[in-house]
Amino acid sequence: MSVLIYTENAGGKFKKSVFEAVSYARAIADQTNTNLVAISIGEVTNEQLSTLGKYGADKVLNASNAQLKNFVNQAYASVIAEAAKKENADIIVLSNSFSGRGLAPRIGVKLQAGVADGAVSLPEISGDKFTVKKTAFSGKAFATVQLTSANKVIALIPNSYQVVEKTAAGTVENFTVENKESDFKAMVKEIVRSTDKVSLPDAEIVVSGGRGLKGPENWGMVEELANLLGAATACSKPVSDAGWRPHSEHVGQTGIAVSPNLYIAIGISGAIQHLAGISSSKVIVVINKDPEAPFFKVADYGIVGDAFEVVPQLIAAVKEYKASA
Amino acid sequence: MKILVCISNVPDTTTKITFTDNNTQFNTNGVQFILNPYDEIALSRAIELVEGGKGTVTVINVGEVNTEATMRKALAIGADDAVRINAKPHDAWFVAYQIAQYAQQNSFDLILTGRESIDYNGSKVAGMLGELLDIPSVSIIKKLDVDGDKGTVEREIEGGKEVLIIPFPFVAGTAEGVAEPKIPNMRGIMSARTKPLNVIGAVELKTFSEIIAYETPASRGQVKLVPADESSKLIGLLHTEARVI
Repeated sequence: MSVLIYTENAGGKFKKSVFEAVSYARAIADQTNTNLVAISIGEVTNEQLSTLGKYGADKVLNASNAQLKNFVNQAYASVIAEAAKKENADIIVLSNSFSGRGLAPRIGVKLQAGVADGAVSLPEISGDKFTVKKTAFSGKAFATVQLTSANKVIALIPNSYQVVEKTAAGTVENFTVENKESDFKAMVKEIVRSTDKVSLPDAEIVVSGGRGLKGPENWGMVEELANLLGAATACSKPVSDAGWRPHSEHVGQTGIAVSPNLYIAIGISGAIQHLAGISSSKVIVVINKDPEAPFFKVADYGIVGDAFEVVPQLIAAVKEYKASA
Repeated sequence: MKILVCISNVPDTTTKITFTDNNTQFNTNGVQFILNPYDEIALSRAIELVEGGKGTVTVINVGEVNTEATMRKALAIGADDAVRINAKPHDAWFVAYQIAQYAQQNSFDLILTGRESIDYNGSKVAGMLGELLDIPSVSIIKKLDVDGDKGTVEREIEGGKEVLIIPFPFVAGTAEGVAEPKIPNMRGIMSARTKPLNVIGAVELKTFSEIIAYETPASRGQVKLVPADESSKLIGLLHTEARVI
C-alpha cells in the first residue's frame, strides 16, 4: 500500500499549497507506515519535481506529454487513478483547489473511494476507517466525515496544514499512461493567469473592503495596503453585486471561503453570510466606524474609526515597519 | 436542447447553524430551507439558454417530500418539469449515482449543478456525474455560452481564468457570474402548480462516507481595540503579538 499525492502545478511551478498537501500526505504515510508517491502532470522541470522530495515524497511520477500540457479534468483524473492502481495506493491526497475540486469526485468514482473534500486536519485512523474534519455550512461549522471504503480520496484546504521540510530527497520517474481519446473532449482555448497578484484562495493575508468604502474609486488604498503586505484583495457581497469589484473577489457564504493567517476587514459590517466565509482565518482585524458592527464580535483586533483616516495610517506604519525590518 | 439542472434544498443563508443529539444532527428546528443559491444561478442560466422555444429545462432533486416547496419554486422560476428521486440524500456519491441513472435514461445535452451546496460544500456531484456518465465535467464556472452542439465555459483558476470549449453532453458547476438569479413572477408561480413534478424511486447503493459529528468554530476571545488615532500601533501588534506579518 502507499499514499499518492497529486501535485498540481500552476504554469509549471508548484505553489505553497502543494507543499502543504505533500507534507500532509507525508504525515498520513507515516501514520499508516507506508510510502508517499507524488504524481505531477503537465510540463514541470526536473528541478521543480525534485523539490517535492524535500517535503516527504519518496518517489515522484512525472506524466508529461503534449496532450497533457493543459489541465483537462477527465484526462488528469484518469492519469491519477492509473497511477494509484500502479502504485497500489489506497489513499489519494490532493489540494482542495479549483482543479482539485474537479478531480477529487472523478477519482473517487473511478476508484470506488469515499471522498473527503475540504479537509482541514489529519485523519484519525482506526483500522480501515478514516475520520476527517472538513468545513461545512460554508464555514459556519465543521463536519467529521468517516470514510469507510478501502480506497480514500482527501482534498486538503490550502493554508490549513503547515509545510514540513524533510532532509530526504525523492527520485523522479517518468510515468506514461494511455489516455482514452474521449478523455480530451474538453478543449482549452485560453488561459489567463495574472502573475503580479496574489490569488485569493492561496493568500496568507487578505485585505477586504465593504460598502463602508463608499465606491470603487476608493479601492486604491485597499490595494496599496494589500500590495505592501503581499496580500490578496477581497470584498463583501454587496460590493461585488454593485459591480465595484469582480465576483472572483467576493468572500462569504455564496462566494469564496478563505482561511488566511490574517484577514483585514475594512468597512464591512459582518453579516452572518460574510462571516461564514472567513471564520477559519487565524487572525481577524476589523476596521469600522460603527462600534456596534457585528464583525467586532468575531475579531481579534479592532479599530473603531473612519477607514479613510485609519487605512492611510496603517499604510504609513507598514512602510515604516518594512523599512526597519 | 435538453438541460437537466440538479438542485438541492439548503438552509437559508441567514441561518445560525446549531446541532442536536450530541452534535451528530443538524438542528432543522425553525430553519427556513431555500433553493441552493448556486443552483438558482444554474437554473437561471438554463432558462435563458432555452428562451424562445429553444429547448426544455428539467430540474431534479434527490430528497424527501419536504423538498417539494423548493422544487415548485424552481418550476415557478421557469423550469418545464421536475423530478424528485425519493430518498434521503446520504452523500454526494449517493445523489450523483441516482441522478446518473435518470440522466442515462433521458439523454440531456447539458447537465448543470451549482458549484457546491451551501450546506456540505462538497462540489462533488458535477464531477461524479461526469465520471458516471463518462462525459466531460467542469467544476466551477463563471460563464457559460452555447453555440450549436457545444458550450464555451469560463472556469475559475487561482488568480485567473481558463476558457474551455466542450462538446455536448457535459456537466458544469455554476458560480456567480453565470447568470443573475431569476425571481419568479406571478404567472410563473401560478403555472408552477400545474407543471409536472414526478416522483421516482431510488436505487439501492453502497455508500462510502458518513458524517458522524459536527462542531461549530471555536469562539475567539474578546476583541482587542486599538484607538483610531493610534492606528499605526496595530501593525506592531500584528508583528510582535499575533505574529502574522
